[in-house]
Amino acid sequence: MGTNQYVAHAPGYVDNEGPKIVTGRFGHADSFTLARFEATGGYEGLRAALARRPADVHDVVRSATLLGRGGAGFPAGVKWGFLPPGKFPYYLVVNGDESEPGTYKDRLLMERDPHQLIEGCLITCYALGLSQCFLYVRGEMALAQERIAAALNEAYEAGYAGRNICGSDFSVDIVLTWGAGAYIVGEETALIESLEGNRGMPRLKPPYFPAAIGLYGQPTIVNNVETLANVGWLMVNGAEQYRNYGSEASPGTRMFAVSGHVRRPGVFEVEHGVTTFRELIYGDNFCQGIRDGRELKMFIPGGGSAPWFFTEHLDLPLEAGPVGAAGSMLGSGAVVVMDDTTDAVKATLRVVKFFARESCGKCTPCREGTTWEERILERILNGAGRPSDIDLLLDIADNISPGPYPVAALPSEGLEAVPFPPSQTTICPLGPSSVAPIVSTVRRFRHEYEAKITRRDPIPVRAEALA
Amino acid sequence: MSFFTSANLEAAREIISRYPVPRSALIPLLHLAQEQHGFVTDEAMRQAAELCGVTPAEVRGTASFYEMFKFGPVGSYLINVCTNISCMLLGGEELLEHAQQRLGVKTGGTTEDGMFTLEDVECIAACTEAPCLQVNYRYRLRVSNDDFDQLIEDVRAGRADDLPQHGTLATVRQHIAFDRVAQIVPPESAREAPVWLKRNDAATDAAEEQVVG
Repeated sequence: MGTNQYVAHAPGYVDNEGPKIVTGRFGHADSFTLARFEATGGYEGLRAALARRPADVHDVVRSATLLGRGGAGFPAGVKWGFLPPGKFPYYLVVNGDESEPGTYKDRLLMERDPHQLIEGCLITCYALGLSQCFLYVRGEMALAQERIAAALNEAYEAGYAGRNICGSDFSVDIVLTWGAGAYIVGEETALIESLEGNRGMPRLKPPYFPAAIGLYGQPTIVNNVETLANVGWLMVNGAEQYRNYGSEASPGTRMFAVSGHVRRPGVFEVEHGVTTFRELIYGDNFCQGIRDGRELKMFIPGGGSAPWFFTEHLDLPLEAGPVGAAGSMLGSGAVVVMDDTTDAVKATLRVVKFFARESCGKCTPCREGTTWEERILERILNGAGRPSDIDLLLDIADNISPGPYPVAALPSEGLEAVPFPPSQTTICPLGPSSVAPIVSTVRRFRHEYEAKITRRDPIPVRAEALA
Repeated sequence: MSFFTSANLEAAREIISRYPVPRSALIPLLHLAQEQHGFVTDEAMRQAAELCGVTPAEVRGTASFYEMFKFGPVGSYLINVCTNISCMLLGGEELLEHAQQRLGVKTGGTTEDGMFTLEDVECIAACTEAPCLQVNYRYRLRVSNDDFDQLIEDVRAGRADDLPQHGTLATVRQHIAFDRVAQIVPPESAREAPVWLKRNDAATDAAEEQVVG
């Protein structure tokens, strides 16, 4: 049972009530050490896996419907099945480049329980016959790198990693590697580029689906940190027990970071698919409502790339299907709450500015489009906007993501929701993500934009009038 | 002339040995250079190129993509204030404004004494503890203006023990003992199926034998 308190040694984490699959050790101040890990059931999942056939281990993960936690929510067991038979070597790349605005759970998992992650990596390599694992940690996360390095050193020394693991015929190396500050590297093909020592620019899919052509051109599994953190528990407790938590389509638990204008922001492990946004934002066990008795204006349900939601969406469950149908995505488990003091245009500009700064520059619609979005929003906010600017913004957006963009319904105007995902004229979803806040706020708060636009468009002057 | 000190050259070689293809070590090597010198010099890039078997231009091409690499001197303490959405909602921009005034520099600038460089940074994954910042990649959470002033005073007075010099990330390095390495070889030398996958066939055969028997 949780204490419903902040855990001082893991700043941000709240030990809420409910099942614990990945944060079970966070209560211990020394949760990152091998001694504590072993004393709390650590590496038992690895032993349980080694006692089975590799294919059976894969089956457990497949039948658990372990959904990927990086943002796309694709089932890990299915992804694992995409490796083409016989094209060895296969590699595992762990995506610890967490940098989606509003998101943090991978950082806590890496800092607080690195052995749990390492155990998940080992089991995955065993199940699929992967030759080497690369654990790619975001450059700025010095403590996470330190804790993983120390944990790997412990694991190697104790025989849990490297040659003949636990005295068996299973041998694999796990290598810590780290980035140097680039959001786009969180995209799996950009991450592979970065790991090959290149600029972190995404590759075109197809043909460069990592499972087919990944690291060094070899079949590669790229999984998120939180996804792999579940795997050890799964081996010990089984798929059936896992499916007892959460909903049918989204079993298990998930970590959510809720930030912004709430009384008690925090990172919580919640039951996937059954908990609602209302419980998360207003529940006593979670964020305890909006700060200073204010009203909710809007919230981002799944990180900076997600279209925005409003009060009528509070009763949606934390589940990809319903959230997608309502015009957004659950994304990376980040909820950003904004109260009625928030300037919608300013908040939009802030998110767009992020995408403009982080665009890698490979695709023209994104490189040019995000920059123009930023400039136009900036001039609107500074009182220099033109009446045509709102339509101009939407036009630029349409160049990056043609057709109706995913957005919440606006019943007062009879406008229906456009379901996720958006289309794209770019290689990766970064450019299209920049459109999310624009389309969300223009549909809902067009009047706020208009109120800031005081200029009139210049009257067109004909050449003959000048003569 | 080696750019890397002999200890760091050894560390660099060990890092390279952990990748099937040497070029993969480029980013960690550039960090090592920055840890040694505070920023990435031309000599460092030349030597990293040599160690990884690529050209210096390729190294620069990679290095210039990433925000953390600096190509000229920065302050001993790099302060990154987050102004992304969650921090903005709770005063991140105001904190950056205060930081500029307190240090007397604009964002991107370095104080005259070479002590501090101030930057704005995108989301650093501490969103519930807004507004937040990093000093040499160590977190400071829920930072008020007073907290910021205190931080500056503490650093100036030598009271910030948890802050290594700029460029240092993890203070623990991974080390794999020679007799513990499984197999790190180029992809073309690892075309065989890993031995433990034979367990799949063996178990199937055993199961079939049982059925037959």
